[in-house]
Amino acid sequence: MGKTITEKIFDAHRRDNPTPDNVILDLDVVMCHEITTPIAVTDLEARGMDRVFDPDKIKVVIDHVTPSKDSKTATQAKILRDWARRQKIHDFFDVGRNGVCHALFPEKGFIRPGYTVIMGDSHTCTHGAFGAFAAGIGTTDLEVGILKGVCSFRLPKTMKVTITGSLPQGVYAKDVILYIIRQITVNGATDAIMEFVGPVVEAMSMESRMTLCNMAIEAGATCGICLPDRVTAEYLWPFIKDEYASVEVATIDFKKWHSDPDAVYWKELTYDVSGLVPQVTYGFKPDEVKDITEMEGRPVDQVYIGSCTNGRIEDLREAAKVLKDRTIADTVRGILAPATPQVYNQALAEGIISIFMAAGFCVTNPTCGACLGMSNGVLAEGEICASTTNRNFNGRMGKGGIVHLMSPLSAAAAAVAGHITDPRKYL
Amino acid sequence: MKNFSGKALFLDRSDINTDEIIPAKYLTENTKMALQPYVLEDLKLGGFDPRKDVAGKGVIVTRANFGCGSSREHAVWVFEMNDINVVIAESFARIFRQNMYNCGMLAIELPKEEINTLFGLGDDVEITVDLAKSELTAKGNTTVTCRFTLNAFDRKLVEAGGWLAYADKNY
Ligand code: SF4
Repeated sequence: MGKTITEKIFDAHRRDNPTPDNVILDLDVVMCHEITTPIAVTDLEARGMDRVFDPDKIKVVIDHVTPSKDSKTATQAKILRDWARRQKIHDFFDVGRNGVCHALFPEKGFIRPGYTVIMGDSHTCTHGAFGAFAAGIGTTDLEVGILKGVCSFRLPKTMKVTITGSLPQGVYAKDVILYIIRQITVNGATDAIMEFVGPVVEAMSMESRMTLCNMAIEAGATCGICLPDRVTAEYLWPFIKDEYASVEVATIDFKKWHSDPDAVYWKELTYDVSGLVPQVTYGFKPDEVKDITEMEGRPVDQVYIGSCTNGRIEDLREAAKVLKDRTIADTVRGILAPATPQVYNQALAEGIISIFMAAGFCVTNPTCGACLGMSNGVLAEGEICASTTNRNFNGRMGKGGIVHLMSPLSAAAAAVAGHITDPRKYL
Repeated sequence: MKNFSGKALFLDRSDINTDEIIPAKYLTENTKMALQPYVLEDLKLGGFDPRKDVAGKGVIVTRANFGCGSSREHAVWVFEMNDINVVIAESFARIFRQNMYNCGMLAIELPKEEINTLFGLGDDVEITVDLAKSELTAKGNTTVTCRFTLNAFDRKLVEAGGWLAYADKNY
């Protein structure tokens, strides 16, 4: 019987089978940020277990609130910083070099096809874009990961999502994933891995694949995953050039992770996106999604472009297409948070930052910031935000605030119009 | 092992997410106990007042997909700090469910009909869990007993008092 990519990764990392339904996996990467890790660190210290299984496999960033905004967040940052130094963790990213974890770590080449990755962060599923098994976990799993380099999972079951047709103008990976969540609902993929395949995925850049996998958790999935191919090999080339003779050789090697033709899936879904229009959320759940044309005219107070979903260079480029030679509505506060220093630098070099600023946007440093309502753009009661982030939960960006999730292009269009609108008319 | 009995807190909605259980702004706390007053602060549920309705309760009974959203274990700790060690639901989000077992707490899945029965027992319901028998008894305006199944590994974690203790012994 054939195997899926996830089954192959599990086979290659199995440490133990405590029961027929559960597997203990060896981990290739354990990632840490300052919100969920400090309690793990202080707990391990209190238990006299202040050790790490392998400092080279642990990657650490301060990203959620940075630079620190008050004494409490400064303490969280300090606990993490002191720990990274004490444990000789070299891949530690602090103010000036830090950015949103799920954008920064892939950029550094830390994620490779076939890897097992955990982080105390639900959007860890993003890294499945590289053909890795990457799952969000809680603080106790993180503690065990840090200490022992293992994590427990149930046997994987996979939902194969085939995306066919071709993306129309003005429609992006974000619209595709919002549309899929709209179809399968917020727990349509609970306990499953969403394997994204088909011509549309093959044609996507790594950035777009990360956007797609990023929101797999919003359908309940353990991980989103794409099959590693030439696009993956080209993205990773600067980091793997000593291991492979050429991109072609790497591409061929990556095929060992591809799902077999006779692999068994839990569910198989196919979507033709050729007729898709831009998508937007309307409620407090990521599956409450409509065509943007149905939401035309809904006023917004703030527009937020950034996050691990859509704060990468390709996202900024798309938004800039709308903002070039235009200004945002007087009633709107526009906030751009480039996801990493590299994205920021690239956007500067391409003149994108100037376009945003000329349009009236405020540009912040790379951070999660307003995405989870902790800094840099928290909403007041009743305020409405058009956002490129991934969660529209009640209170997510500030108590009583309302969030509409959409693509960077749609968010830029909302900034210019002052309300939700079809972005395609600005192209 | 923890105490797995107590008065029921009924949360009659599906898809209750971790931001509703403990809002992100409290994630800057560095102790579990500091979270205690903020339990379910942003829950969108008509008539529910977290400051009045949680006190004295030991078991949550709710609908489908409980604990969806973020990975924050704070959502489990905030229950633990309020002496709630059991959540009974139709289904859970994976990370929340695992966090419960990892902390030696109980996430029990029951079919929709049995959840409906529990909701029908009135406002004052006492729930007792017998882990060894995989059985729970709920006493309200009548008494019902439900059998539940626990994955064998999750049971080991609950019996060991959590994943850290289990992993330290075995790996
Ligand atoms: S950008 Fe938002 S969703 Fe992504 S890791 Fe940061 S807080 Fe979480």
